[in-house]
Amino acid sequence: MTTLRADAVNQAPNQDPRSLIIEMKQVNKWFGEFHALKDIDLSVEPGERIVICGPSGSGKSTMIRCINRLEEHQKGDIIVDGIELTADVKHIDNVRREVGMVFQHFNLFPHLTVMENCTLALIWVRRMPKKDAEEAAMKYLERVKIPEQAQKYPGQLSGGQQQRVAIARSLCMNPKVMLFDEPTSALDPEMIKEVLDVMIELAEEGMTMLCVTHEMGFAKTVANRVMFMDGGEIVEQNKPDEFFTNPQYDRTKLFLSQILQH
Amino acid sequence: MNAAFTHKPAPDRPPPRISVGAVGWMRDNLFSSWMNTALTIVAVYILITLIPPFVQWALLDANWGGRDRSICDANKDGACWTFIKVRFLQIMFGLYYGANPDQVWRPVLAFALLIALAIPLFVESFPYKRYVSIGLLVVFPFVGYGLIHGQWFGLPVAETSQWGGFMLTFVLASVGIVCALPIGILLALGRRSNMPLVRTLSVSYIEFWRGTPLITILFMASVMLPLFFPAEVDFDKVARAMIGIALFQSAYTAEAIRGGLQAMPRGQFEGADAMGLKYWQSMRLIILPQALKISIPGIVNSFIELFKDTSLVAIIGLLDLLNMAQTASRSIEWKGYDIEAYLFAALLFWICCYGMSRYSQALERKLDTGHKH
Repeated sequence: MTTLRADAVNQAPNQDPRSLIIEMKQVNKWFGEFHALKDIDLSVEPGERIVICGPSGSGKSTMIRCINRLEEHQKGDIIVDGIELTADVKHIDNVRREVGMVFQHFNLFPHLTVMENCTLALIWVRRMPKKDAEEAAMKYLERVKIPEQAQKYPGQLSGGQQQRVAIARSLCMNPKVMLFDEPTSALDPEMIKEVLDVMIELAEEGMTMLCVTHEMGFAKTVANRVMFMDGGEIVEQNKPDEFFTNPQYDRTKLFLSQILQH
Repeated sequence: MNAAFTHKPAPDRPPPRISVGAVGWMRDNLFSSWMNTALTIVAVYILITLIPPFVQWALLDANWGGRDRSICDANKDGACWTFIKVRFLQIMFGLYYGANPDQVWRPVLAFALLIALAIPLFVESFPYKRYVSIGLLVVFPFVGYGLIHGQWFGLPVAETSQWGGFMLTFVLASVGIVCALPIGILLALGRRSNMPLVRTLSVSYIEFWRGTPLITILFMASVMLPLFFPAEVDFDKVARAMIGIALFQSAYTAEAIRGGLQAMPRGQFEGADAMGLKYWQSMRLIILPQALKISIPGIVNSFIELFKDTSLVAIIGLLDLLNMAQTASRSIEWKGYDIEAYLFAALLFWICCYGMSRYSQALERKLDTGHKH
């Protein structure tokens, strides 16, 4: 474990914890007997754009799902924006207000229109008047370039459009961090680009992003740190150009050769 | 790159004549194979032998006029609708109103009020739905009871034991449905709760009521319940039937709704959680609207069953639509005309149940937003 940490480049050792937006310390998670996360240490500064890759079952989704407590970690500490995640529901709610999440399968609410999907949390969580919420939502729908779909239902949109709505829905809450859990994996090839374009724009505006994805082009363009996970551990992390041209571990090399050979 | 070819899409052509229209439909549905053709012929033969004689008896040769059985006894080849006409009020509103036709305006007014209050709730653009719902669920029961039972406003009393017929069926079924839906929702959520105590209580409740026949519950409510109360507390028989039916029905409704909850993909719960919605918010805004939509066929199915099962209140001496029709046909004046009584009761039951069924289908179509999980 310690040897791994020593190799973890690009991570300032004496980070001032107050300036961190996310801090995970020795986080462990089990699903029954299965040890899904093993002593995860992760520090994220505001404005960082981190791409996490790795084979399926490596714990990458589990790791980012721990950050907004969709999964509960059993050991270690997770501190998000100065709030420690414990069983305390208040803390969890506070963290979830600050952290937006985009899912592989969008998880839009099919019985609500696009507009209602976006305003729901503003109205019920932020207690914003409906009119203000709709104005805010429209602003973000314009940003993801689908204001004209506001009155439609998710079922009437293409996959790419649905995912952009999902991004707008998260942005409405004005989050400090955005988590992306394989946002393009369920999309038809023709629609991946429109979603990535929105994400790139978001990154350029300085959003703090943690993104589980195998879109290596995206990683090269926007990430300032790329992370490879395997077996519930962070095996290697580096700046993108270093990570892709000069991977340190055979496991990383093997993985990269497999996903980049096409 | 050389100049590229431009692909021109081929135009759509119409399908072959034989596969569309009436001819196509008959080929597909009635004569698609030897077996199907044989079945079509047998079915047509059965319909031809059954329907004309029935129409002859029930409509063409039927007796409609008069006020007593003499006209029916003179023409035995046709149905005796005179009987239904004369005993209409009794079959619809029970013994008291059957005997006091001048008071029938009371249940009729109550029913009209109910309809008047209910209609705005089905009008999409109606703005005061909240107030109307409160009026319907909180105020109307008292007004309706006051009208039908009397005593208040100086109206003559119609004892609940004298309520009956279609009115009783309708009252019992509506109270059962209105109470069972919210209780059923709570039980279904409780059964899926993370809290072991809540879960155990819900499961025990559901399994207890579901494992007991309604007839037993009605019997117990009538015979056993008074044993637990002091002798001077006279628990109304209809009220006891209502409580028994509501408790029984809520268990069935809960199971229908649980089916809907289980069909919800995990992503919907996670999406709601990730946005910071609290448990009751995510249930009310996200999960239940979708789960209830999925459960509509199951819920309505159990409501239709309930509507018909109200006939079981005969076990505690209440006369619902079916039993009232039967009672009327066994009176000395109309002995022998029970087929007409049963047919009329069946027709009313069918109209109500088919209405519920159609309404649920319309609701499903209305709520369909084109999304398949």
